[in-house]
Amino acid sequence: MTALPTTLAAAGPGAVSAAASGAVQERAWLLVALPLAGAAVLLLGGRRLNRWGHWLAVAMSWSAFVWGVMLFASLHGQAPDDRSRTLHLFTWVPAGNFQLDAGLLLDPLSVAFVLMVTFVASLIHVYSVAYMEHDPDRRRFFAYMNLFVASMLLLVLADSYALLYVGWEGVGLASYLLIGFWNHNPDYAAAAKKAFVANRVGDLGLTVAIMIMFATFGGVTYTQVLSGVDGASEGTLTAIGLLLLLGACGKSAQFPLQSWLGDAMAGPTPVSALIHAATMVTAGVYLVVRSGPIYEAAGTAQLLVVIVGAVTLVFGAVVGCAKDDIKKALAASTMSQIGYMMLAAGLGPVGYVFAIFHLLAHGFFKAGMFLGAGSVMHGMDGCVDMRGFGRLGGVMKVTWLTFAAGWLAILGVPPFSGFFSKDKIIETAFATGDGARPWLVGSVALVGAGITAFYMSRLFFMTFHGGQRWARDSHPHESGLLMTVPMVVLALGSVGLGGALAFDDTFLNWLEPATGVAHEEDPVIAAAAVQGLTLALVAAGVALAWARYWRAEVPVTAPAGNPLTVAARKDLYQDQVNEVLLMQSGQYLTRSLVFVDNRGVDGVVRGTAAAIGGLAGRLRRWQTGFVRSYATSMTAGVIAVVLGVVAVRI
Amino acid sequence: MLSAVLFSIGAATVLLRRNAIIVFMGVELMLNSANLAFVTFGRMAGDIDGQVIALFVMLVAAAEVVVGLAVITAVFRTRRSASVDDANLLKY
Repeated sequence: MTALPTTLAAAGPGAVSAAASGAVQERAWLLVALPLAGAAVLLLGGRRLNRWGHWLAVAMSWSAFVWGVMLFASLHGQAPDDRSRTLHLFTWVPAGNFQLDAGLLLDPLSVAFVLMVTFVASLIHVYSVAYMEHDPDRRRFFAYMNLFVASMLLLVLADSYALLYVGWEGVGLASYLLIGFWNHNPDYAAAAKKAFVANRVGDLGLTVAIMIMFATFGGVTYTQVLSGVDGASEGTLTAIGLLLLLGACGKSAQFPLQSWLGDAMAGPTPVSALIHAATMVTAGVYLVVRSGPIYEAAGTAQLLVVIVGAVTLVFGAVVGCAKDDIKKALAASTMSQIGYMMLAAGLGPVGYVFAIFHLLAHGFFKAGMFLGAGSVMHGMDGCVDMRGFGRLGGVMKVTWLTFAAGWLAILGVPPFSGFFSKDKIIETAFATGDGARPWLVGSVALVGAGITAFYMSRLFFMTFHGGQRWARDSHPHESGLLMTVPMVVLALGSVGLGGALAFDDTFLNWLEPATGVAHEEDPVIAAAAVQGLTLALVAAGVALAWARYWRAEVPVTAPAGNPLTVAARKDLYQDQVNEVLLMQSGQYLTRSLVFVDNRGVDGVVRGTAAAIGGLAGRLRRWQTGFVRSYATSMTAGVIAVVLGVVAVRI
Repeated sequence: MLSAVLFSIGAATVLLRRNAIIVFMGVELMLNSANLAFVTFGRMAGDIDGQVIALFVMLVAAAEVVVGLAVITAVFRTRRSASVDDANLLKY
């Protein structure tokens, strides 16, 4: 995979004949259909598939990857300007004037995603075969995983926001099912629900954005929307941009909808690696990049993307410094790295390239690290507390080495892949905008890099180095080949992918037709100075972590810590804020609505009935049964009528 | 004038007396006072409409007497009383 772009670039047009490439592209729907079929077969097939069902899922995932590579090769064989192709699949919603077709968009951006998603997913499928070996529900797990792959591919291949939405919901569903995979544990089931609800908040934004798009542009395909941007008012575009950002925040765990990601670690570790690190959570970045022209026309929305990215990047980094649960620390780091991507996605066409670049690089090194964490947990009987680890590097050599590759990559140490993507984001942050903005955004990104170095080194040292803190009677051991091979491959990606893609601006040129031509501007301070500063901060972070977590003894029970640590352990009180601001006020609202319904609406209905009943009760007292009293009232009435008539006459 | 006096006497009888027979007689008195008024006004107006209506009233009153007396007899047979106040079952 790492060398793929360059080798194929060398092989080029000659390798794939034009006719074959057309056929490959026309059957791109197979990419979605294969894993979907896998999921259907596994879910419907019943118990008799238990023995070999997981291999079917693995095969489906790999065949999707192979198709993706062929697709890439065929697109690569065409001239750069022809690399965008819309495939009409079928008429989806034919309703009078409203025509919505389901179609796939093949362009450099979506194909880059397809390659990354299918490749990482396939490796993780292989890993899961071993990881889930002793789980009685392994077949169900693989069905969900295939469902996820299908939805994710639909998400990135869709040619309209409406079809993207289908994939968007599909990955949300798969995420929910997989977080709550061990749903016999109420905490895990609650975590799944939390993720689902937080995602729903974001989806609301996406839904309304699609509605506004339809009202403004008369259609929801990318072509219709993005070509209509020039004619729309800035207010409308800002509204669409903000709503899309809301959707992206929900899916990508960005501030203020980030609280679900930490709890999402309740799912099996391969799920965390695939869905909550490498692919699904980056869908928000994809959405923002795909909607680039909207954001370029709406400055406010674009600025907000930058701010959201910057806030989340610091937020995740701070939380990551305090977590002792290895998976939650990695989740905080994911959040922070996606913050980087968001920030880059808010910086215009130059940023898009680096956002996607960082996204791919991150997909590799973070998935690798998660698989490493899973391997550690596998060896330590499911323990996740890093304070109970230490000096595991000696007993789990492969895990240690692959994790080290990921660690160096996320730190941005040259020549690992993170260096090429993250440094570029920091540089771009220093180069975009005018006045104080580049300074502000740039320094946030810079400081974030330093904190990242600290917490990732802390995680690495606490797990693999320092003093041994696990009990003598636990026997940490290296995992089997099925688990280590995917880790090694991902580690190779962490090492080489960045360099391969950055070499000669390969990736930049590849994405250019999809993201628009990037004009790189000069940063406010020299690029070399930015790189130097970043590396210095990273070195400082690593040194600090080394002093505190390798050389010094790490206490087995967490010390009290300063207020910031305490706050960070509790996710900076995000859950509490949500509870007070949203949950309690929401409950208050429902209670008051119930009260109004009971007393107000029901009161009117019941009150009317009671009033009529009471009136009838009073009136029937008149029926005494005494004939003479009736006669009296008749006489009185007659007299009254006569008197009335006489009075009128006179 | 005479008819008005007779009508008032009849009405008072209906309202004040308790014996069903007497009440019935009051009713008849009111009917006949009305007849008297019809005939009188018919004569004053110089046509026979009043007399025709009086004849109809007498006819209806005869039928009414039959039904009324039958009801009173039936009630007396079952309840051993001809008082209108005792027959108060038709109430709430």
